[in-house]
Amino acid sequence: MNLLWVIIAIIFVIVVVLVAMYNSLVSKRMRCREGWSQIDVQLKRRYDLIPNLVETVKGYAEHEKETLENVIKARRAAIDASGVANQAAAENMLSGALRQLFALSEAYPNLKANENFAQLQEELTSTENKIAFSRQHYNDSVGQYNETILKFPNNMVAGMFNFKAEVFFELEEPAQREAPKVSF
Amino acid sequence: MARETFHTLIAHNKRNSFLLIAGFMLFFVLIGLLIGNVWGQGDWTFSWVVAGVAGLIAAILTLMSFYGGSSMVLAMSRAKQIQKRDDPQLFNVVEELSLAAGLPMPKVYIIDDTAMNAFATGRNPKDAVVAITIGLRSKLTRDELQGVIAHELSHIRHYDILYAMLMAVMVGTLVMLCDVFLRSMWWGAGARRSRRSRDSGAGQLILLVVALVLAIIAPILARIIQMALSRQREYLADAGSVELTRNPDGLSRALAKLSGDQEVLEVANRATAPMYIVQPIKKFEERSRGLFDTHPPVADRIRRLQSLT
Repeated sequence: MNLLWVIIAIIFVIVVVLVAMYNSLVSKRMRCREGWSQIDVQLKRRYDLIPNLVETVKGYAEHEKETLENVIKARRAAIDASGVANQAAAENMLSGALRQLFALSEAYPNLKANENFAQLQEELTSTENKIAFSRQHYNDSVGQYNETILKFPNNMVAGMFNFKAEVFFELEEPAQREAPKVSF
Repeated sequence: MARETFHTLIAHNKRNSFLLIAGFMLFFVLIGLLIGNVWGQGDWTFSWVVAGVAGLIAAILTLMSFYGGSSMVLAMSRAKQIQKRDDPQLFNVVEELSLAAGLPMPKVYIIDDTAMNAFATGRNPKDAVVAITIGLRSKLTRDELQGVIAHELSHIRHYDILYAMLMAVMVGTLVMLCDVFLRSMWWGAGARRSRRSRDSGAGQLILLVVALVLAIIAPILARIIQMALSRQREYLADAGSVELTRNPDGLSRALAKLSGDQEVLEVANRATAPMYIVQPIKKFEERSRGLFDTHPPVADRIRRLQSLT
């Protein structure tokens, strides 16, 4: 009779532990998914800020049509891009175009002094950082999750319930790798 | 010092913190037992009761400070909460690093003081607060500000505020226990005639002496452990800052600027000193080096950060 109770107790403990491991895997995977959508949130933020920026710059530096148009085109391309690799490439082009635009402020002191421009500059710098940080956080989450599903004993639970490794966010071409922090 | 990644630094620090806290708890229980033994004159059940009661008091006090903590500290420091429009750059920096850490955005406070310092408070990441002085805010570049805020967010992330509260309560309870014991000895508690046989008399005497000595030394030892833990957590927060920003330079330069600042933070006092990014009570620091500092020397912190580049 006692043996039966012992066996029941052991099974109970095992079940509790398994449930805990399963739940832990689920939350780690959720973190990855949330991290991914956060990247999108920040990218969209950038798209929304840009038209305002272009208008402000136009007011002071109308002659710099080419630079302005590059930004507008790059933004459109980034919004339309599909697929992770294409999107990442388009985003980098946009970052480059924005950098050129901000470099303009050196040549146009009135523009530089404009408060609206200064605010936009801070917002866009911050957004660039947020994009970089959200990518970093996503990769950190993916790293933790992937490590957990490989380690014993979690790998058994992972196998049982079909937890697959998540994909890291990577910029494919070395040329596309920008410095993580941008200060204009 | 060999080149380390922030990962290994963080792992070492966590292990050291754990050892320190475990060591302290053991110490606490032993002292409780010893004192209980002397009071109970050899009755071990009574000793456990005393140790248990001390632990219970500590637990209750912890819960009380747990729920009352934040607002008191902020009120003491003349801090005012700000919104994004009050300081967009500061807000943005905090938001950026919250993203990197995967934490909800803490409340942001500005302290009306020209001295340079910052701190974090709040019992868990959901109720967290980051505060910075006007003096510091105005003197740092964006990168340096990032480093400092990342350091504070790391404190929140690592539950350092909770650790500090726990340690403070345990040390306080221990000090109180030893104090009560010593007073009771003074008033002759242990000298009551024992009804037990004379054979155990010598053993009891030795135990009494040991207990007396420990009751005097224990509070000092406890403080030493508490300060060692505090320093450990500061190094951990520095490494955590690099983990978030992936850039040790920002924080290094900020620390260098901070150490050059001679002005004593007017609103700080002993109670809130441990939570600031650098030792705010400069005179205190001059007087007592090493064991009783809540923060490691800035030069050491900068050296460790540089070893990560």
